[in-house]
Amino acid sequence: MIKLFRHLKPYRWLVAAVLVFVFFQTLSELYLPTLMSDIVDTGVVKGDTPYIWRVGLFMLLVALGGMACSIAASYYSSKAASGFGMSLRAKVFGHVTNFSLEEFDKLGTASLITRTTNDITQVQQVLIMMLRMMVMAPMMCIGGIIMAVSKDAKLSLIFVVIMPVLAGAIFLIAGKGIPLFKAIQKKIDRLNLVMREALTGIRVIRSFNRIQHEEKRFEAANADLTETSIKVNKIMAFMMPVMMLVMNVSSVAIIWFGGLRIDAGHMQVGDLMAFLQYAMQIMFSLIMVSMMFVMVPRASASAVRINEVLEMAPIIKDTGVTKTPESRKGYVEFRDVTFSYPGAEEPAVQHISFSASPGEVTAIIGGTGSGKSTLISLIPRFYDVESGQVLVDGVDVREMTQADLRSKIGFVPQKAVLFSGTIRENIRYGKEDATDEEVRHAAEIAQAADFIGGMENGYDSVIAQGGTNVSGGQKQRLSIARALVRGAEIYIFDDSFSALDFKTDAKLRAALKEETRESTVIIVAQRVSTVMDADRIIVMNESRIAGIGTHRELMETCDVYREIVYSQLSEEEIA
Amino acid sequence: MSREQSEKMPQRSGGRRGGHGPGGPGMAMPVEKAKDFKGTLKRLIRYLRPHKLQLIAVLAMAVLSTIFSIVSPKVMGEATTKLFEGIYGKLQGIPGASIDFQYIWEIVLYLIGLYLLSSLFSYVQQYLMAGVAQKTVYDLRQDVNGKLNKLPLKYFDARTHGEILSRVTNDVDNISNTLQQSLTQLITSILTIIGVIVMMLTISPLLTLIAILTLPVSVLAITSIAKRSQKQFVRQQKELGQLNGHVEEMYTGHKIIKVFGRERKSQQQFDEINGRLYEAGWKAQFISGVIMPIMSFIGNIGYVLISVVGGILVTKQTIKIGDVQAFIQYARQFTMPITQTANIANIIQSTVASAERVFEILDEAEETPEAAKPARIEEPKGNVVFDHVKFGYEPNQSLIEDMNIRVSPGQTIAIVGPTGAGKTTLINLLMRFYEVKGGAITIDGVNITEMKRGDLRSLFGMVLQDTWLFNGTIRENIAYGREGATEEEVVQAAKAAHADHFIRTLPGGYDTVLNEEASNISQGQKQLLTIARAILADPAILILDEATSSVDTRTEVYIQRAMNELMKGRTSFVIAHRLSTIRDADLILVMNHGTVIEQGTHEQLLEQGGFYADLYNSQFSKGGMDQEAG
Repeated sequence: MIKLFRHLKPYRWLVAAVLVFVFFQTLSELYLPTLMSDIVDTGVVKGDTPYIWRVGLFMLLVALGGMACSIAASYYSSKAASGFGMSLRAKVFGHVTNFSLEEFDKLGTASLITRTTNDITQVQQVLIMMLRMMVMAPMMCIGGIIMAVSKDAKLSLIFVVIMPVLAGAIFLIAGKGIPLFKAIQKKIDRLNLVMREALTGIRVIRSFNRIQHEEKRFEAANADLTETSIKVNKIMAFMMPVMMLVMNVSSVAIIWFGGLRIDAGHMQVGDLMAFLQYAMQIMFSLIMVSMMFVMVPRASASAVRINEVLEMAPIIKDTGVTKTPESRKGYVEFRDVTFSYPGAEEPAVQHISFSASPGEVTAIIGGTGSGKSTLISLIPRFYDVESGQVLVDGVDVREMTQADLRSKIGFVPQKAVLFSGTIRENIRYGKEDATDEEVRHAAEIAQAADFIGGMENGYDSVIAQGGTNVSGGQKQRLSIARALVRGAEIYIFDDSFSALDFKTDAKLRAALKEETRESTVIIVAQRVSTVMDADRIIVMNESRIAGIGTHRELMETCDVYREIVYSQLSEEEIA
Repeated sequence: MSREQSEKMPQRSGGRRGGHGPGGPGMAMPVEKAKDFKGTLKRLIRYLRPHKLQLIAVLAMAVLSTIFSIVSPKVMGEATTKLFEGIYGKLQGIPGASIDFQYIWEIVLYLIGLYLLSSLFSYVQQYLMAGVAQKTVYDLRQDVNGKLNKLPLKYFDARTHGEILSRVTNDVDNISNTLQQSLTQLITSILTIIGVIVMMLTISPLLTLIAILTLPVSVLAITSIAKRSQKQFVRQQKELGQLNGHVEEMYTGHKIIKVFGRERKSQQQFDEINGRLYEAGWKAQFISGVIMPIMSFIGNIGYVLISVVGGILVTKQTIKIGDVQAFIQYARQFTMPITQTANIANIIQSTVASAERVFEILDEAEETPEAAKPARIEEPKGNVVFDHVKFGYEPNQSLIEDMNIRVSPGQTIAIVGPTGAGKTTLINLLMRFYEVKGGAITIDGVNITEMKRGDLRSLFGMVLQDTWLFNGTIRENIAYGREGATEEEVVQAAKAAHADHFIRTLPGGYDTVLNEEASNISQGQKQLLTIARAILADPAILILDEATSSVDTRTEVYIQRAMNELMKGRTSFVIAHRLSTIRDADLILVMNHGTVIEQGTHEQLLEQGGFYADLYNSQFSKGGMDQEAG
């Protein structure tokens, strides 16, 4: 938490202003009871009405000043906290944007989203609370004690008894309550989990006729949550009455002992009344501090998560000296490449060597976990190799700037991701200054023109967030169009035809063939029919290359390939 | 998901945990209103009915505790008065004047008694309310869950899970908090306001007038500020939603951003939204933050006026000094419940809106009730007939006009067609997830509408592409297929599904707990588990999705073998992707645009030269790209 607050630095003057204004506000609040006691001791006792009026007017001025300070403090604290939130968000977002896939894998996308949004909002909220109230509490507490002592030092000894009692009560109740609150959170999560599983699995549950079983599971989670909630609320039921009791009994005690002091001539009635109010202010500030104990842990959990993101350094960086490849275009070469995911025992790919040139189609086939996707994600340098080299246009990818490298590549991911915006905007994502003609051309090759034309607004139809209003196959075709509009040297298709039916798949590949005559094409696929006609088929098996060659060659030499083919096609088609 | 969370956030931060805390920003936020406030409230109250006795007790406790706490300042004032009188007497030099400590001691004891009772009653009230509130919410949750189990799939398909979840959790949570805290607060606040006015009147009508005069001023101040701040909060909410949306998109599309080199653009867009959020954010915070100081200033005006006028009245001997002190305490007690009531009014509004959303679920139309005398198939054979079936998801839209299929026991039916052609529609009808609009589906001659849904569905076994496993051990997940399956049977099923081997390589074997996303085993392994589950269920009719795209080739061979084993002797509906399955099928149903457009055997369909022939030829003919591979 503290670590995060160094991001407050640009706002330190705002925070200083908050502190100053809160200080003056506290002073005014503390001064009012003293003035009131003057009214009683001087005005009332002597029957001096003009004096009462004068002091009354003065009190109003003090209160007005207090209000002005408080509003000013609110102004600066709002600006400081919102500014803090803004710059922290920008910082985290910028930092995450530079992450390589490795860092994304480590923390998880969903978690990164919450860290950038909810967690920062949470910390910002607490910062506001701190600037508004918790800064005031200690000042009020100390100021109140000083004022009380100045009124009557001996009577102040009463605080020596009251404060430990109050603090003890708060700690005892909070100590019992807080672990239970945590337990409640866990039980709510559990209930949510049961519920979510029941929703996602609704067809399975109903088809296996296990509704009753699910009902029991829900009931158990529900009863568990209810029980703990009742328990915690019963404990918290102590909180307010106990605190009220302590406060009330203390004020009675103050009156009793104060009375004795007055009788002995050590203090005046007005002082006693002021003293009472100081006692209240002190105790309220104690309660406020205790609230801090509840709020800060919640925010500090968020703070820890944010720090984790900020402290993670992206592994892939541009090196100082970068080379720009010469005139060669579209050459991809792997030289004995080995790569393992961090923490993995076995390399994901090992000893991979091959090269691909413009005008060639290289297909990669193999089972899941055989390293196909890993292999191609090394080309745009999503990860850095462990040993060996990946060369693009004759230059090691680590010696190019990431921007240069990626501008050569048209990439179509396994999972088609679209962004909210029009279809045109989505296709232009591949090339910002693409003309309408280029966009249309790309869509036609990707076999997307038909369904786009069928939409009400054509290319201006809006894609919802997450692309929920287009089907899986349509998404895939749009994401292919997006890559094609780039006019790239190297095209990479990571199992990008899986959601297409056979017919569209074939048509698309035929059109693609025409379009990519000048480019290097690398296709990862599951279907034999997709790879059969490639210039070069790389068969992956358990992170190694099991064979390289054309369909014909591999049918004769590669067992793994044959096995794949037989599992998909019948004899007739193979021949 | 993030949208729901961000919607909930401002309400959460509205300081309701604080209980008696300063009622600041809560009322500055925009409130969601219920459509039918009265009706919903009445219905919510009905849920409280079983706890009538406790509620009456709570009410009684609230009344008592409030009365005691209201009386005490006045009593305390008497002590101050006695003190003052004694001192005053001494100062004036009246002989024999001294502080009547005997009397004050009595008052002190009396006061302590009052405080003790007040705290005790307030504790008992909270204690009882904890039981009432949580049990009510428990009932509500049970009802909602029970209801969800009776709703047709139509309901779930039309809504996101997040939406339904948010009603069951967030909305019910909201109701729970209100019942726990706000309800009793409302009672005590109103009682306190009345009690305090009464007490103030008994002390001095003139001072009471001053205290009450500050009220309209504060109401005016609050409402005018609240209106402005609400506007900013709405703006802030909107920007926050946009920001969250942007972050979500950019992070999920991280790979795309990188590979297309759009980092700068994305950061720019972010900075823009972030800046707007900052503007709206600090304004909303600031304006709502102004409410407190202004309220306390108005309170202070009252305080000063009361001190001054009270002081003057004391010098004129019209009222006693202790009364002024008591009065000041009352005046302080007065403003708090008023701001609190305003706050609670808002909370109750949003609670009723929540309750309305929950009741909406409870009011949804349920599945068609089960037949009065359900038919049973004792020994299922697997005869399936679609007889002039008519169906459409929307009332005025017909997908299937007149479908006739006849399947004999043990036959394999391949369903083929492009993605989105509506292959799941058939399953929806067969398993009676949706009701047909005309015609009938019969199994072994029995119309499925005459069977109990549970009995009908237990005839089927389903292996779908999106595997569903739950957070539990592997054994539990397989045993899900049949209640009361023995250990032996579970292992047998796993072996038949070729899953036994990989399960034994896992650290916990059959006791390995699948995590929440079941991400600790691979997609292919998940599929094997669902097959094992179906094998264990031993159904008469099978529904299989052949798509095994995410499984490696070896496992795929295993899965294929397991499926073939499973299909032996059973009627099977296969969503087919494999040519061999399609060609060997007894019947091929070709689907497109939601309906069956062709049916027949492979040879028949090829001869027809229709959609199927086209589909088949485009893949395996010697045209297109296949030329070179030739």
